[in-house]
Amino acid sequence: MAERDRTTEIADRVAEAFGSGHALQIVGGGSKAFYGRTPEGETLEIGDHRGIVGYEPTELVLTARAGTPLADIESALAENRQMLAFEPPRFAGNATLGGCIAAGLSGPRRAYYGAARDMVLGVRCVNGRGDALRFGGEVMKNVAGYDLSRLMAGALGTLGVLLEVSLKVLPRPPADHTMVLESDAGAIYDRVEDWWRGGLPVSGTAALDGRLYVRLSGQPTAVEHASRIIGGERIDDAPGFWQDLRDHRLAFFTEGDEPLWRVALPPGSPPPDVEGSMLLEWSGTLAWLRTASSATVVRERAAELGGHATLFRGGDRDADVFHPLPPARMALHRRIKDAMDPRGILNPGRMYAGL
Amino acid sequence: MSTHSYYRPEDTQYDVDADVLFGRLREHLDGESLIVHESGLRPYECDGLSAYKQLPLVVAIPENVEQLQAVMRVCNELRVPVVARGAGTSLSGGALPHPQGVLLSLAKFNRILEIDDRRRTARVQPGVRNLAVSEAAAPYGLYYAPDPSSQIACSIGGNIAENAGGVHCLKYGLTVHNVLSARVVTVEGELVEVGGTTPDSPGYDLMALMIGSEGMLGVVVEATLQLLPQPIAKEVLLASFDDVGAGGRAVASIIGEGVVPAGLEMMDGPAIQAAEDFVGAGYPTEAAAILICELDGAEDEVADLVERVRDILTRQGATEIRVAHDDAERQRFWAGRKAAFPAVGRISPDYYCMDGTIPRRELANVLTRIAELGEQYGLGVVNVFHAGDGNLHPLILFDANVPGEMDRAEELGGEILELCVRVGGTITGEHGVGSEKINQMCVQFQTLELRQFHAVKEAFDPERLLNPGKGVPTLNRCAEFGKMHVHAGELPHPELERF
Repeated sequence: MAERDRTTEIADRVAEAFGSGHALQIVGGGSKAFYGRTPEGETLEIGDHRGIVGYEPTELVLTARAGTPLADIESALAENRQMLAFEPPRFAGNATLGGCIAAGLSGPRRAYYGAARDMVLGVRCVNGRGDALRFGGEVMKNVAGYDLSRLMAGALGTLGVLLEVSLKVLPRPPADHTMVLESDAGAIYDRVEDWWRGGLPVSGTAALDGRLYVRLSGQPTAVEHASRIIGGERIDDAPGFWQDLRDHRLAFFTEGDEPLWRVALPPGSPPPDVEGSMLLEWSGTLAWLRTASSATVVRERAAELGGHATLFRGGDRDADVFHPLPPARMALHRRIKDAMDPRGILNPGRMYAGL
Repeated sequence: MSTHSYYRPEDTQYDVDADVLFGRLREHLDGESLIVHESGLRPYECDGLSAYKQLPLVVAIPENVEQLQAVMRVCNELRVPVVARGAGTSLSGGALPHPQGVLLSLAKFNRILEIDDRRRTARVQPGVRNLAVSEAAAPYGLYYAPDPSSQIACSIGGNIAENAGGVHCLKYGLTVHNVLSARVVTVEGELVEVGGTTPDSPGYDLMALMIGSEGMLGVVVEATLQLLPQPIAKEVLLASFDDVGAGGRAVASIIGEGVVPAGLEMMDGPAIQAAEDFVGAGYPTEAAAILICELDGAEDEVADLVERVRDILTRQGATEIRVAHDDAERQRFWAGRKAAFPAVGRISPDYYCMDGTIPRRELANVLTRIAELGEQYGLGVVNVFHAGDGNLHPLILFDANVPGEMDRAEELGGEILELCVRVGGTITGEHGVGSEKINQMCVQFQTLELRQFHAVKEAFDPERLLNPGKGVPTLNRCAEFGKMHVHAGELPHPELERF
């Protein structure tokens, strides 16, 4: 598809909705249509607002329009042996940069290289009045004005329509090995932490069915050396495994009818005690659950451990899907929403009812 | 930096009855925690940007969260401005007191509450010094990564307010990447938790919003910091160049070839000379620029990286490359860089430290232009540069006792910041806008963006009581500033009424 700058059309469309008070649901590639609460409002397509507008490998910065497919961005980076270090999921579809940042989701590398929000340097966006605005920039350090660009990461489009995002990118490590070993899921944190503190270049971990998958990324000699220390078996189609994990194509995600829950946990926490099946990532700070247990039970188990639970896929998407906020924090969220989108027209209710 | 009052009329329209305020605060704070006499207020009249001075109405020094909440409730009820202050090392006048307000000192919030070795976190009060965190974590083989050059004195609360950086940001990030959660007292005196030790938190990323917000959205009373394992191996290289452009190209080349150094610093000729005269680090004083490159990681990895970087530096025309042999020599390589500011203090009666960030590819161009501007203003400029992340610290040399020099230094500083914006950079990388760069905010942002900032501010602080007049300029200020700064015949913010 041709590269296009649709800034004016998008801003006009939002300004019109601001005038009429009609809700808009923002759609990029549609790969995360399942995520969040049930969308409402007229569709605002931004998928054809696309194109990489700036990429200078020696600056470690890439800027692209929100509708640019992640696949395009990652292949441009790969040509220069660079990568999006937060390894964003693409799921089954044409995931775009805008959707990726709006959802704020990161993949297997997140626990060792940083999250989507950590890589955001600046955005262009349209607020709920239809004003096209620019926050942050294309440099590594910037403390001019409030950090509204990072605030957009994970806000699910409820604070603004992303037009353009500048990200910090990183060199791609020249070698990857994945080792698989027998291990109790509960031991994942301490085992990986020992390796990490010992200087081993861990870049992904997953505990599933009594096995621990460990990806090592770095210089070939370092990766070889680390593989020997960790032990276990080296798996052949390692990139395939991590992509299937990232995009939820493993059998754990695709088989069965139980809703999928995502539980974020403090480091070193035991896994949540919920009936069903479980896959751990990020040294055990991320638990995926397939369970028919009620939302109340899952949230209570998560909260007991100091964590929070998201109904990621399936289940009742008209109820709360994200962990309910304490009243004081919710009040603050409402005021921030009012500041960015005073008529509540941008993705209303996608994150929380009334937001 | 001018001698006239920093605050504008619209910043000082509060109706404060000092006696009523003192009386109400005294219900919560004892005599030592509440300073009202001028001699006691004087030490608080400025922060690290000493050219701006202003006495507050009163200094409040609460010793626990409950007292601090009580102070905020009183101020909110009486509509009194509140300026929070940590160690007072801000270089941007972020903690400059308000003439009608309370200067809220966090000096007594100075305890490290917990070092959690297993989870690699430190729970600290905001008045804890930056370096004290790494010192407390060292017995566990851990450290706190952000290391601003004032780390011996600056406090964590101030680091959060300014999103402080340091020399290791390219690899290990800024304050925003290393603070997990905070307890924040709102202007209403409510305690709110933001962030968390989980990989993410439900809802908006309020932690990111709070970091770098210069005390204008709330007051942090506790923070949980991420600690990192100390690197197993570390090497430091020192390379000389006879041309700053070649040094800049070497930086681009190191990064372009896939190396992310733990630190990558550049100093220009005058900075090298000043540092050498001060600490005798053994720097090559004939060089036009030096690069200091720190590489860390596992043993094999670092050995490999040293060879790659040495090779790149050679190809980029380095005239000399040294690799530190031992820890003592590594510290010596760093000593000159870390002492660069005081070293410059010895060669000039006063200096003014700037903090722009630029895309690295503009380095040679920007340094040339800065030298030209310096000549035009008749002032020397010495440059130290966090080369890895494009953060430039030009030090403008002047003598405050020579009439007009301070104003010229201020004007030159403003021009340098505007130059940074023009090449695609920003007016502040890590020192904050504070009072100092408020006019240049009018250059970096358009009216609609400034309006959006004000709207977000009001979501937290509807009566504009938290650090008023800082960080984000009023549109009136921009209109007035615009009158003085016309570029190519175009007025910034032409839609605003001029008066």
